[in-house]
Amino acid sequence: MSKKTNLPAGKRALGLVRNNAVSIMFIVICAVFIPMAGFSPSYLLNEIVTRMGRNLFLVLCLLFPIMAGMGLNFAMTLGAMGAEIAVILVADWQIWGIPGMVLAMILSIPFSIFLGFICGTIQNMAKGREMITSYMINFFINGWYQMIVLYIMGSIIPIIHSSIMLPRGYGIRNTVSLLNMRQCLDDLLAIRVAGVKIPVVTFILVALFCLFIVWFRRTKLGQDMRAVGQDMEVAKAAGIDVDRTRIISVVMSTVFAGFGMVIYLQNIGNLPTYTGHAQIGMFCIAALLVGGASVERASIGNAFLGVILFHLMFIVAPGAGAFITGDSMVGEYFRVFLSYGVIAIALIMYEAKKRMVKSRTGRELAEAQTLSEKEAAQ
Amino acid sequence: MRNNVNPLLQMQNIKKDFFGNQVLTDINFTLGEGEVLGLCGENGAGKSTLMKILFGMDVIRETGGYGGDILIDGQKVEFSTPFDALEAGIGMVHQEFSLIPGFSATENILLNREPCKKNIVSEVFGERLNTLDYKEMDRRSEAAIKKMGVAIDANMVISDMPVGHKQFTEIARELSKDQLKLLILDEPTAVLTEKEAEALLDSIRGMASRGISVIFITHRLHEILAVCDKVVVMRDGFVVRDVPATETSVEDITKWMVGRDVQSATVGEARDNSGAKTILSIQNLWVDMPGETVRDVSLDVREGEILGIGGLAGQGKLGIPNGVMGLYEAGGKVVFHGVEIPLNNPRKCLDASLAFVSEDRRDVGLLLDESLEWNVAFPAMQIQEKFLKKLFGGLIKWRDEKGIHQVTQKYIDELQIKCTSSKQKAKELSGGNQQKVCLAKAFALEPKFLFVSEPTRGIDVGAKALVLEALKQFNRGSGVTVVMISSELEELRQTCDRIAIVSGGRVAGILPAAASSEEFGLLMVSQVI
Repeated sequence: MSKKTNLPAGKRALGLVRNNAVSIMFIVICAVFIPMAGFSPSYLLNEIVTRMGRNLFLVLCLLFPIMAGMGLNFAMTLGAMGAEIAVILVADWQIWGIPGMVLAMILSIPFSIFLGFICGTIQNMAKGREMITSYMINFFINGWYQMIVLYIMGSIIPIIHSSIMLPRGYGIRNTVSLLNMRQCLDDLLAIRVAGVKIPVVTFILVALFCLFIVWFRRTKLGQDMRAVGQDMEVAKAAGIDVDRTRIISVVMSTVFAGFGMVIYLQNIGNLPTYTGHAQIGMFCIAALLVGGASVERASIGNAFLGVILFHLMFIVAPGAGAFITGDSMVGEYFRVFLSYGVIAIALIMYEAKKRMVKSRTGRELAEAQTLSEKEAAQ
Repeated sequence: MRNNVNPLLQMQNIKKDFFGNQVLTDINFTLGEGEVLGLCGENGAGKSTLMKILFGMDVIRETGGYGGDILIDGQKVEFSTPFDALEAGIGMVHQEFSLIPGFSATENILLNREPCKKNIVSEVFGERLNTLDYKEMDRRSEAAIKKMGVAIDANMVISDMPVGHKQFTEIARELSKDQLKLLILDEPTAVLTEKEAEALLDSIRGMASRGISVIFITHRLHEILAVCDKVVVMRDGFVVRDVPATETSVEDITKWMVGRDVQSATVGEARDNSGAKTILSIQNLWVDMPGETVRDVSLDVREGEILGIGGLAGQGKLGIPNGVMGLYEAGGKVVFHGVEIPLNNPRKCLDASLAFVSEDRRDVGLLLDESLEWNVAFPAMQIQEKFLKKLFGGLIKWRDEKGIHQVTQKYIDELQIKCTSSKQKAKELSGGNQQKVCLAKAFALEPKFLFVSEPTRGIDVGAKALVLEALKQFNRGSGVTVVMISSELEELRQTCDRIAIVSGGRVAGILPAAASSEEFGLLMVSQVI
C-alpha cells in the first residue's frame, strides 16, 4: 500500500481505472440507460432488492474455487441441476412452504456432493485448464440431467402427480409450478420501507453465508485453500494435500450453489425444467466480474456490487432498447451480449496482465544495465 | 542428553547412478553437532544429487534408489519422502523459493503447521475447520526470526519483499521447526546483497552455537572459509578433499574443484584467429530467461572460429543463444555480417543464416512423433524452401521425398546415428542419437553461423566424442562459425579456440582454450550473484 501512495495522482487514477475497467463501464452504461428506460426510482429499488435476494447466494458460491486458484467455476450449474431434481421431487410430494424448501436443500446435498466430487476430480486432471474443463463438464452433466428428468422420472423414479408429468406418462413437463412455494422465504417477516419490500429472512441467510465465508478464510482449510490457490507446488511441498483441497473447494461451491438455486426458485415461483439452470453459471460469473473480481481474486464486496450493477443493467436494458430503437428485443439482446462480453473481457485482461508482468522484468533488466553504466562512468 | 560418541550425520559409501551413468561414487564424510560444513564443487559434481539423497527426494527413489548408508546419531536411516527427513530433524532451504507469494512472512513460516483452535464446526466436520490461532502464529514466527538473528518484517507479504528477505523467510521457516538438527543451505547467498550475506553468515554462526549443524553449499568460496568448520570438495561424483577450513584457501579449493590433473587434460588443437574479422557482434544484450538471466553481455565472435561459452549454472550462459535467436525476451543489439538483426524474432535470425541447436532437445529440438527424415529436412524446407519441387511455376510446392531421403541418409552415415532406418520416429532413439539428429537438422540448413547449446548433456562418453568431433569437422570443413555453450569446461577446452566465461549475467573474461583450469575457475566465481 505504501508503495502506491508514492505514485503521482494521475498514474494512480489510471491504475484505478485500468483495474476496475469493467465496473466503471457498467456504471456508465447504467447511468445512460436509467433515464432512457424511465422507470421510477422506487420501482428500480424494488427490483434490485428482489434480485439481490434471488442471486446473491448463488454468486457468493463462486468465491470458494477462486480462493483455491481454480478460477471461475462454470460448473456451479451442477449444483443448480441437483437442486432442480430435489425441487421436482419435493413438489411432487406436495411438501410446500418453508418445510419444502428446507427438504429440497437437504435433498440437493447428496446430488451436489456427488457431482462436485466428479467435477473436482476431473479438474484435478486438467490443472491450469480448470475453467474450460468446468464449462465442458456442464454440457456432459446436462445430458445426465436431461436423461433423468426426461426418461427416468415417472418410469423408474415414481412421480405421483400427473400435473407435473408429460402427457405420455413419464418425464417432467417443461414447467413445474412452484406456486405454493413462491416467495415463501422472501415473504417471511418481510418489511416494507417506503414501498420497497425487503425480504428480511433471505437477506439474513445471505448475511450468514457471508459471515461463514469470512470465518472460513480463517480456518485451517481456508488457509490451505488460499495457499493451494497461489502456488500448488509450494503447498504440496509443505505437505498440504493439494488435490483433496481443490476437490473440497469445488464440492463446497456446488453444495452452496444448490442451496442458492432453491432460494432462486422460490423467488421465481416456477421451475423451467430444461432451461432453468442453463444460464445460471454464466450470469452469476458475469455479475461477479462486473463487481470488479478477476479470475484469481474475488471478494464479498465484488459479489454485492456486481449483482447490483449487473442486474440494474438487466432491468433497464429492455426499456432503453425500446427508447432507442422502439423495440425492446434489442435491449434483451444487448444484455445477453454484454454478459458474455464481460466474461470474455475478464479472461483477456487476465492474460494481458500476465504478459505485462513478463515484459516488465525485461524493462527492469534494461534499466539495470543503464544504471550500472552510469555508475561506471562516475 | 545425546550420546556424543556418534556424530550427528555420517555418510558412508554413498553411491548413485542414473541409468548406468555413475554420478556419485563412494561418498564418505561425517558432520558433528553444531558443526558447519562447506560443500563445494563445479556444476555436475554431484552436490545436488547428494543433498537430494540426504533429503529423501522422490527423484532418487524413482531412479532406483542409492547405495551406501546414511547414519543420524549413529542410527541408520532411510528416507522415502522429504517429510521423513523433516521428521528426523533435517531442514533444507532450496535454491528456488518455496514461498506463497500472497502470504505474509508469518503465514509462510508456519505454512501447514499453523497452530489452531477448536470450535463447534470442527468438532463435527473434522479438524481442518479449526480456526487459526493468529496470536500464537505471531509468537512462533517472532521466535523463529529471533533465532535466525536477522530482522525481517513478519507481517510483510512475500511478493512485496526484496529477494534477500524471501531467502531469510525460508530459513526462518526451517528454524521454526522444533526438531531441527541439521540445516542444508543450497546456495543461499546467491540472491543476497553483500550486507545480507554478511548477516546470513552471522546467523549461521549463531545456529551452530545453538547446536544446529549446517551444510552450506555456495560458489562464493570466501564465505566458506569465513564460516565453515570444514570443507568438502566434490568433483565428478567423488569427494576429492575433506579438510578443516583453517587449513585451506580459496586458491586451493578452486584448484580442487576444477583441476583434473592439469597435465592429462587434452586441450584440442586451438587455433589463433585473432586476425579474422568479426562476424557476430553482441552489444549490451539482456535476456529474460528464467533461471538464466543475462544482464549485460557484449561479445564479438570472429569468423571461422569455435567460441566456447562456459560458466556455472544459472549465471546466464544459456540465455545468450536463446536471447539472440529470439526464444526469450531480449534487448540490446546484435550485428551479424554488418547487418543488425532484430531481436525477439526467430524467423529473422534463421533467414540471416543463423542456426541454433537448443539445449532442450525434446521440446524445442525435435518433432518427436515424426520420422528422422522429417526432423532433418523440416527446418530447411520451411525456411529455405529446400527439398521442394515446384510445379506450375511455384503455384504448388511438392515435397522432394527422394532428396529428403538422401540428405538424411548422408547425415545418418556421417554422424553414425544408430537407427533402424531413416523412417524411424525420433522419440524411439536414445538421447545421444537424438542429439545427433538435432545437429543433422542444423547442418541441413547449411548455416553460416551455428549456436550449439549443451550438445553433450545427458549422453554417454562415446556419443560425446562423436558429437564434438562432428562439430569440429563442420566448422573446419564448411567454414562455419560455431558458438558452443556448455557446462563442462573440459569439453570446451577440447573443442574450442577461445572460451568466454559468463558469471552473474556478464562476460567475466575470455581466455584461450589453453589457459589453466585455475584461471577459468576464478573467472567462473568472480561475479557470481
